Amino acid sequence: MEYVRAFIVGGTICLIGQVLMDTTKLTAARILVLFVTAGVVMAGLGIYEPIVEWGGAGATVPLTGFGYSLGKGAIEEVEKAGLLGAFTGGIKATAGGIAGAVTFGYIMAVLFNPKTKP
Amino acid sequence: MKKKALYAKENYRGQCTAIKQQTINRRKDVDYVDAVKQHQQEEYQQFIKDKIPKPNLLRNAIAAFVVGGLICDVGQFISNFGQNYFNLNKDDTSAFTAIVLVFLGALLTGLGIYDRIGRFAGAGSVVPITGFANSIVSPAMEFKREGYVLGVGAKMFIIAGPVLVYGFSSSVALGILHLLFSR
Amino acid sequence: MKFLAANSVGKQTVKLNNAPSVIATASIVGPKEGQGPLGQYFDKVLDDDLYGEKSWEKAEAKFFQEAVEKVIVKGHKDKQEINYLLGGDLLNQLISSDFAARQLGIPFFGLYGACSTMSEAMALGAMLVDGGYADNIVCAVSSHFSTAERQYRFPLELGVQRPLTAHWTVTGAGAALVSNQGEGPYITMVTVGKVVDMGIKDSNDMGSAMAPAAADTIMAHFMDTGLTANDYDLIITGDLGRYGKDITDELVKKAGYDISAKHFDCGVEIFSPSQDPHAGGSGCGCSACVLAAYLIPHMWDGTYNSMLFLATGALLSPTSSQQGESVPGIAHAVSIHRTK
Repeated sequence: MEYVRAFIVGGTICLIGQVLMDTTKLTAARILVLFVTAGVVMAGLGIYEPIVEWGGAGATVPLTGFGYSLGKGAIEEVEKAGLLGAFTGGIKATAGGIAGAVTFGYIMAVLFNPKTKP
Repeated sequence: MKKKALYAKENYRGQCTAIKQQTINRRKDVDYVDAVKQHQQEEYQQFIKDKIPKPNLLRNAIAAFVVGGLICDVGQFISNFGQNYFNLNKDDTSAFTAIVLVFLGALLTGLGIYDRIGRFAGAGSVVPITGFANSIVSPAMEFKREGYVLGVGAKMFIIAGPVLVYGFSSSVALGILHLLFSR
Repeated sequence: MKFLAANSVGKQTVKLNNAPSVIATASIVGPKEGQGPLGQYFDKVLDDDLYGEKSWEKAEAKFFQEAVEKVIVKGHKDKQEINYLLGGDLLNQLISSDFAARQLGIPFFGLYGACSTMSEAMALGAMLVDGGYADNIVCAVSSHFSTAERQYRFPLELGVQRPLTAHWTVTGAGAALVSNQGEGPYITMVTVGKVVDMGIKDSNDMGSAMAPAAADTIMAHFMDTGLTANDYDLIITGDLGRYGKDITDELVKKAGYDISAKHFDCGVEIFSPSQDPHAGGSGCGCSACVLAAYLIPHMWDGTYNSMLFLATGALLSPTSSQQGESVPGIAHAVSIHRTK
């Protein structure tokens, strides 16, 4: 059942992205920026929490989930460490994904060459 | 002598007014030409509106929904796996899931598969975190020929950079706002 | 208005009284173009678009150079007999043609007209020969999908959808040898196009951006010369694509000329719809390869007697489109006849 919920929530978030891409002139890069920022804002307003509770990975895997982790991390760290937490919290919470993306990105770039599309 | 000077002065004034008038007229002409041009451009854009193909929204939306949903299910599986086999806590599980998904996205990009998924699924493979990995690996590979520092190292962030800039800054802003208003 | 130049026949058109002759053509294309409907006509089809080089840029310069060498051999000339090489490509600072010219050692004019460069080169080259400033000149241009894609758009492996109006840059080089001696076909007239901008801001919709420029040059040619579409066997545009072609036909029709029956767009013809090129092929190489491989040879064998060749270019750069500028278009027309 949790797979069905993840499918529905994740699919819907991607569908919103697709509709935005097709009906406006937003490029993929802008969509990514928009979704991350939207995730942070929704974390601040407390509306993303219930979506994560219900949708599981469906809500955390899309980039809005990345924004949500950033925002939630900042809030939690502010509670613990005050002003300093605002600067450390978000990145602390998402450090794994970012370091992974950069490291794997580098490794893949060294190992592989791009191919012309058929 | 005086008369001549006076005449010269008058003449000079007359020339000035004439030049001023010319400038005004020319400006009016320019305005008019601009207005005509703008009208032509608007007319043309109206004219081509129904001649340009529209994307098939329904097909694209379904593809994005299905592929996006499937990628999230893979994420759910990884997350469950981490929880059950490695006994990870909640925060570690989400980091573990992110790292594994990013690895998969990077690998599929390196193998030249992710761009094909993307061509079919559109936002369905852009929006998940695997798409973020794709946006890092694809320029890094592409610009390898420009060297490992300014090629791979710098170009890696042409798309992901803005995501980090806006993500980080807004999270810091959120933290500060929380500090100011929630205590 | 009075025209002082002896050879001008209108505001934008000149007549070439000595009618320089196109004595040889050469074309080299990539694998995808080779699989297209015109595949059998090209002189050489590459198996791999890296062409044994370390980068696509190097590959592009290599097949540019090879096309020039090929056209000189096919025209039974020696490199020393070529007065000028006129050419260009799509890359910043024309690196493909610059680097090819470095190897060739022929005096070189580098031209940039985006995808219109082939007709720009032929127009200027024909005028040079006609005016007695050169005996033999080579016009050559190239484009490469993978070099153009990374400069103008995205990395190849980025998983994004291409819009339906997007073009597919042709990988290939085309060259033509224009001489003051030869049995034709002859370049008889040149109509130089103006930059026309109808405020299209979508850099993925070059067909709509270039159509007004193409229509403008076609109408200028007809008005200057008094000719109509009936006087030509074909009216060839470079890379307007499926949608731009129809828009051009309608724009020209508004001025009272009907070209739709004679209209041949190289971008539409070079790929079949099953190859998924969306709007069609584009790039300097598109019109140049089709001209060199298909159109001029069909004039030699008598299939066509006259054509108006009009390569079209979208004059955008990544900087201009990022800064929100619209996309200006340009098209130059070269009138080619089998007999003088």
